[in-house]
Amino acid sequence: MPTHRFTVNGQAVTVDAPDDLPLLWALRDHLGIRGPKYGCGIDVCKACTSHLDGEAVRPCVVPVSTVEGREVTTIEGLADGERLHPVQEAWLEQDVAQCGYCQPGQIMAAVALLKRTKNPTDADLDEIANVCRCGTYFRIREAIRSAAARMG
Amino acid sequence: MTEPAAPTAPSRRRFLTYLIAAPTLAVATAQAPAEAAVADIVDLGDILILAGAPTAHMLVLTVGEDGGVTFRLPREEVGQGLTTAVAMLVAEELDMPLGQVRVQLEDARPELMFSQFTGSSNSIRSLYDPVRQTAAAARSRLVRAAARQWGLGAGALTTRDGAVHAPDGRTAPYASLAVAAAARDLGALTATPKPESAHRLVGTPASRIDARAMVTGKQQYTLDLDIPGAKPCMVRRPPTVGGTVKSVRNEAAVRAMPGVLGTFAIPTGVAVVAETFGQALDAKNALDVVWGPGTVDGLSDDDVRARLRDAAAPLVELPPLTAHLDAEFDFAFVSHAPMETNSAVADVTPDRATIWSGLKAPIIAQQSIAEELGLPVDKVTVHVVQAGGSFGRRLFFDAALEAAQVSKAAGRPVRLMWSRIDDMRHGRMRPATHHRLRATYALGRVLSFEHRVAAVETDFRHGLGEILTATAARLPGSVGNATFAQTLFHTTVKSPYGFGLTTQHLTEVPLRMPTASWRSVYSANTRGAEEIVVDELAERLGQDPVAFRRASLKSSAQRAVLDRAAREGDWGRPMPAGHAQGIGFHEEYKSRTACLVEIDATDPRRPRVTKAVIVADVGRAVNPRGLEAQLLGGLTDAISTTLRAGLHLDKGLPLEGSYSQFHYARQRDVPTDVRVFVMPASGEPGGAGELGVPAAVGAIANAYARATGTRPRRFPVNFDVDFTPFPR
Repeated sequence: MPTHRFTVNGQAVTVDAPDDLPLLWALRDHLGIRGPKYGCGIDVCKACTSHLDGEAVRPCVVPVSTVEGREVTTIEGLADGERLHPVQEAWLEQDVAQCGYCQPGQIMAAVALLKRTKNPTDADLDEIANVCRCGTYFRIREAIRSAAARMG
Repeated sequence: MTEPAAPTAPSRRRFLTYLIAAPTLAVATAQAPAEAAVADIVDLGDILILAGAPTAHMLVLTVGEDGGVTFRLPREEVGQGLTTAVAMLVAEELDMPLGQVRVQLEDARPELMFSQFTGSSNSIRSLYDPVRQTAAAARSRLVRAAARQWGLGAGALTTRDGAVHAPDGRTAPYASLAVAAAARDLGALTATPKPESAHRLVGTPASRIDARAMVTGKQQYTLDLDIPGAKPCMVRRPPTVGGTVKSVRNEAAVRAMPGVLGTFAIPTGVAVVAETFGQALDAKNALDVVWGPGTVDGLSDDDVRARLRDAAAPLVELPPLTAHLDAEFDFAFVSHAPMETNSAVADVTPDRATIWSGLKAPIIAQQSIAEELGLPVDKVTVHVVQAGGSFGRRLFFDAALEAAQVSKAAGRPVRLMWSRIDDMRHGRMRPATHHRLRATYALGRVLSFEHRVAAVETDFRHGLGEILTATAARLPGSVGNATFAQTLFHTTVKSPYGFGLTTQHLTEVPLRMPTASWRSVYSANTRGAEEIVVDELAERLGQDPVAFRRASLKSSAQRAVLDRAAREGDWGRPMPAGHAQGIGFHEEYKSRTACLVEIDATDPRRPRVTKAVIVADVGRAVNPRGLEAQLLGGLTDAISTTLRAGLHLDKGLPLEGSYSQFHYARQRDVPTDVRVFVMPASGEPGGAGELGVPAAVGAIANAYARATGTRPRRFPVNFDVDFTPFPR
């Protein structure tokens, strides 16, 4: 069984798994990191959105072998200890979550977006394709705008 | 309220209170208003409250020595914000900070009978009094314990910030009273909840109590639980719904695949247990199974539509030359599609079973699983886990039953998950419906309004959440489920308008398909279709849609909601070509709402609702912020199902298998401007979780019709098969 070494939320980890095992299951089943959620397995719903070297990816379609030596950040690694990321703070302020299942992915997508553009337009927000089946989209938009303002 | 039952023996660490009372519910039947429908007099919520009354007060509230209070909620939280609203009720009665109230989801307790069922937007309606009375009784005990310690009369003491206060300045935090308050000899206590005029927390906007857990990834759903030894499990399902397993051709080869721990045939398919879900999925896909026929093989959308049209009851014959408006509508099947697919953890041994799953009716799950495993009910523990959405899906326990079957066969605990494709195709769905409407009118007034609904059978075999009513619902023929359906239809569906002789009639077509109630059950389609006809009637009569509704609504409370929506939404403002406003109204669950949308349909193939104004009168909102969230969700559901999201049934199986095919709305489909207005409290809390859908369906369809100059008759309006289906 191949061994894969990479970093998750600042910690060096080792996973013995087939090369093609999706990173999502390496995280959830091997490492017990359960913030990233399964929703479709084919990069459609984007509930598992996490960061790979700072870029948004969907671990359900990233083979574990391709993250060798790289830095994975999941929702668990976004806050600085007890201090939440401004996007998480904005999510609380807007009381975005309903069932909450898609929200780790929504937040990680929003963080990546704000990294690319400090003041996202409506068109930028429309590009976020993460599904929220509770239909919280409007509050997500408000939260991202609020986070953008906080992050200046 | 008096407190008839003593608390259970206190432990050293906490005090428990069980309260058993005999509440009464008066259902007003006298003086029914003219043109009253059944649901105007007694609605489904009243019936559920009556059924649940004998056990509604069997609630458990614990004051811990850390000063925190834990309330065990005999309902499910699926995102509707119930735990937060209940925590608010508890915090209000106990005069303590919201942050010190914890709400745990109660395990299945069969003695609760009809009082552990989450549905019909009825939780706040049925819990509002019992929760407040329980918390008020706990407060009364804490005050009495402090009075005894201080040698003061209880009447002189007050409560504030989680502590009892004496006039002389002495203070006793609840933590210090937790054990003393459990004493059996505190005397006869009376405890009356606060008058609502004294509420300081209830009725004000609060954020969810679990919001921080959700934004940090710490909120645990079923498959996030660490159950020792529980291995991932997935099920290969048949190529048509209801298909059965005949044999597996390559069992040995699949069992030899990496990580695979076993394969097991169960009634619904072939289960694979593996070390990771990735490996379970690969192995499930590799299985070569010989399948028996399904329950609706060969059946496709056109056949269903034809059957529904045939089944819809005929309209009343009209005298010649009677001015009338006829309309027929079709609504497609719709997946519930919660983000968290069906899932459950089961640990079954020869003499007991433990289940973890998101369950809105856990008692019937427990009883059915006990029956399936051949165990006494009290040997089956069912833990209710907060779920990632439901929309009606989690009334059933499909995954929990399967997990129990596999765990028993495998002799080990399993974590069972449905794939998204299976969840969409074999998971439950809202039934397709057909609607035939006719209104007659003369001299600018509507004289009669007939609505004939034909629907594929909705499965209500969960009963009221326990075995007696579920068994009744399972009776064959025209009793059983069909009777449930009729009762549910007539106690939920009603017209808010005085349209003269009004009749609404349901005929169900009993196809054996995996269906279930879907947010607002019959009302989304039934009332949605009616709201479209209301607009068309207004046009026939030369009246403005808002003015016509205003003149036709039955009550001033209804008109107040409509007026507010029209005002806040600037009804009638000029719109560019291809854009339009639309309005819809709905009353149910003792609540009422109006929705005003603006749509951009310059490309009729990709219309977008650009703005929405929603007004709701729910009698009394416990948490207006949570209520607004529910209305926002209902709006998004309506945008999705009216414009693009549905399932195509093709030869016994839905074609759609993921969100790339079932077009539930995304950011690019939703308004950039949403305003929700909650009317001031005027009475008891009504229901709200499902309230938002029907009015929004009407508003969106009406806006689309006006913007495009068409008369939409089939929903969703844009419903091509614009994808390559996954293999069966």
